[in-house]
Amino acid sequence: MDVSYFLISLLNGLSVGLLLFMLASGLTLIFSMMGVLNFAHASFYMLGAYVAYTITQALGFWWGLLLAPPVVGLMGAAFERFALRRVHKFGHVPELLITFGLSYLILELVGLIWGRQALNFQPPESLRGPLFTVIQLPDALQFGWGSPPELCKTVAGAICTQFPAFRAFGMGVAVLMLVAVWLLLTRTRIGLVIQAALTHPDAVESLGHNVPRVFMLVFGGGTALAAVAGVIGGALRVTEPSMALAVGAVVFAVIVIGGMGSLAGAFVASVGLGVIDSFAVGSDSSLADLFKAVGLAVTPDSFGYVVWSVKMSQVAAILPYLLLVLILIFRPKGLFGTREG
Amino acid sequence: MNSPQTAASVYHFKPYNVGRWLIWGGYALVMIAAPLLWKSSLSLTMLSQMGIAIIACLAFNMLLGQGGMLSFGHAVYSGLGSFFAIHALNMASNGQIVLPVSLVPLVAGCFGGLFALLLGYVTTKKAGTPFAMITLGVGELVAAMALMFPGFFGGEGGINANRVQGEAFLGITFGPQIQLYYLIAIYTFISTVLMFAFTRTPLGRMLNAVRDNPERVEFIGYNTQYVRYFAFIASGFFMGIAGGLAALNFEIVTAEVVGAQRSGAYLLFTFLGGALFFFGPIIGAVLLVLALVLLSELTQAWLLYLGLVFTFMVMYAPGGISSLIMMNLRVASFGKLRPLLGSYLALAGTAATVLLGAAVMIEMVYHLQLNEALGPNMKFMGATLNAKGFDSWFGACFVLLVGLVLFEVARRHFLKEWGQTQESIEREIKKREAAT
Repeated sequence: MDVSYFLISLLNGLSVGLLLFMLASGLTLIFSMMGVLNFAHASFYMLGAYVAYTITQALGFWWGLLLAPPVVGLMGAAFERFALRRVHKFGHVPELLITFGLSYLILELVGLIWGRQALNFQPPESLRGPLFTVIQLPDALQFGWGSPPELCKTVAGAICTQFPAFRAFGMGVAVLMLVAVWLLLTRTRIGLVIQAALTHPDAVESLGHNVPRVFMLVFGGGTALAAVAGVIGGALRVTEPSMALAVGAVVFAVIVIGGMGSLAGAFVASVGLGVIDSFAVGSDSSLADLFKAVGLAVTPDSFGYVVWSVKMSQVAAILPYLLLVLILIFRPKGLFGTREG
Repeated sequence: MNSPQTAASVYHFKPYNVGRWLIWGGYALVMIAAPLLWKSSLSLTMLSQMGIAIIACLAFNMLLGQGGMLSFGHAVYSGLGSFFAIHALNMASNGQIVLPVSLVPLVAGCFGGLFALLLGYVTTKKAGTPFAMITLGVGELVAAMALMFPGFFGGEGGINANRVQGEAFLGITFGPQIQLYYLIAIYTFISTVLMFAFTRTPLGRMLNAVRDNPERVEFIGYNTQYVRYFAFIASGFFMGIAGGLAALNFEIVTAEVVGAQRSGAYLLFTFLGGALFFFGPIIGAVLLVLALVLLSELTQAWLLYLGLVFTFMVMYAPGGISSLIMMNLRVASFGKLRPLLGSYLALAGTAATVLLGAAVMIEMVYHLQLNEALGPNMKFMGATLNAKGFDSWFGACFVLLVGLVLFEVARRHFLKEWGQTQESIEREIKKREAAT
């Protein structure tokens, strides 16, 4: 494995991980505050991408990025106010069920309004090129900013790997959002009220704060955060109706692996999963190769060859769930979790 | 302690539980008579699917209703059961194993239970919301694996088999659908009886306790995880039977039977039927097949309607259809249903108006989105509508708004009346208690 490949895979993994964390943080906040697992969280992620696409058509990408999160956040807050709050008294299972129903509805509505095909949602013109290129010469490693330098074409044996500017931009946005949320939670008055309402809702209520409204704010904020991730993710990958399901299950795995309700755990788990996934996708080796390396002969006739010969790149899609199962067996409370159950 | 002499001298009157015999007998009779009433081949396939869905939904409800466990990946067990059933069927027809076709679902059930034994150990480590998330993760895991190993799961095309094989036993080859229907009916009846019996076993009772107050159950000395685990295995077994029957019915199994969509359907319809009563999922299963086969033919927007019905059900009647039935039976048993009939009629009429307005708008949007090539005109309940015309949109909006206003009026009136009825029933109950 050469250095340039390693670097680019690491950066790709980090960008995916940060995107995942934007989703997971909102989900974790909502969960630890209200005890509600928002099954439709990934659907709000998808809504973010679609709303941003529509705004982009009219006003340009930057307005889309700016306006889509508040719009989706308002929808989330409205859902909390008019549907979720009504079900709250029935207990946790109906709460989970109503968000499950919502995910069905959003999926159908998105198909209804925007169609069932993938949309052509692209990053803005200024961010489409590569940010920098890593050039691996036979004897040295060089960086070049902007479009790939002449070196790639002229020198024989040079391996050039590009890192797209929009990926870097997405990472920047994610970090910026997360710092902003962290400051909001720890340095402002409303953040303190939210933190207090997390653990002692009754005490906060008796101090005269409107806890249901705080819940609504958190729910709206969490969905807005998901929408930001959606705008970036939609432009980076594909904007299509199946994007919610693809991401949703992974995000759930992330917050179980990290430990339910732990923001730090969610961060480690999402970045870790992103990096692991990015390396696995690019890897061609399989368990059979590992056995060969330690001296065990594995041939197509040996027992379970189908399993041993599966390539890492094929396994990449199920790695989050495999990790989930392993974590549950060996550390049921999750990486940074504090409680079991 | 009674001495033996007095115990013998006291006569204990033990009548047959007539109600129970009537209900179970009626249930069996309906299953026997149904194919005689609906004879077309479409209705026969639907009836077969209903039988399968009844087992699956009841097995799902062992977790949701009896144990308070919400599984988002239960199709894994029915789906894996299906795959093992189809492989068993193929092996039997190749002469590798000796297996009568009628026992294939049992094999599938055993494999469903086996996988529940394996995966359930991890899944049932948690309860409540984490349980739901883990089942989702395990479901995704198996669904993704199904595409990774095309040798076993058949890849995109799935795996075929032929259920007609071997010597005909008493003339039964399972070739005609009607023979398979009766096999399914027998399995459905026995499974229903067994699952009902399960709710009366100590394990079934403990499961209810774990659902309601796990902390207290721990204090008494039970391990709640094991109670959940055993129930999970039992549920997996019956899911497997349903999967095996489905494999026999369709003679093809594709990777989507383990997918998230199938799991979602079980959840949705079990809840719609009602998780609080044992018979609720049976209603849900019948609705499942009706929706999947008939409603999806009728309209392209059926998933949207389904989602709307489900969401409103969660918000206003979290007990599902069966609890609505039971509430009204209670009112009827006190002889107070008649005064409510007027309100019910008003509610139904206004709700139908709202539905008409909303349905016209939804159908027009779907028509514009999906059938653009066919032009703006579409047929809706016999009338031709112009999906781009102002009149049809105005008319639909008007009907919807009028319906909404009237519905709200009817709803308020109904709520008042319903409250009064419930109060008078409470009073009557107190009076009866005082009298005894």
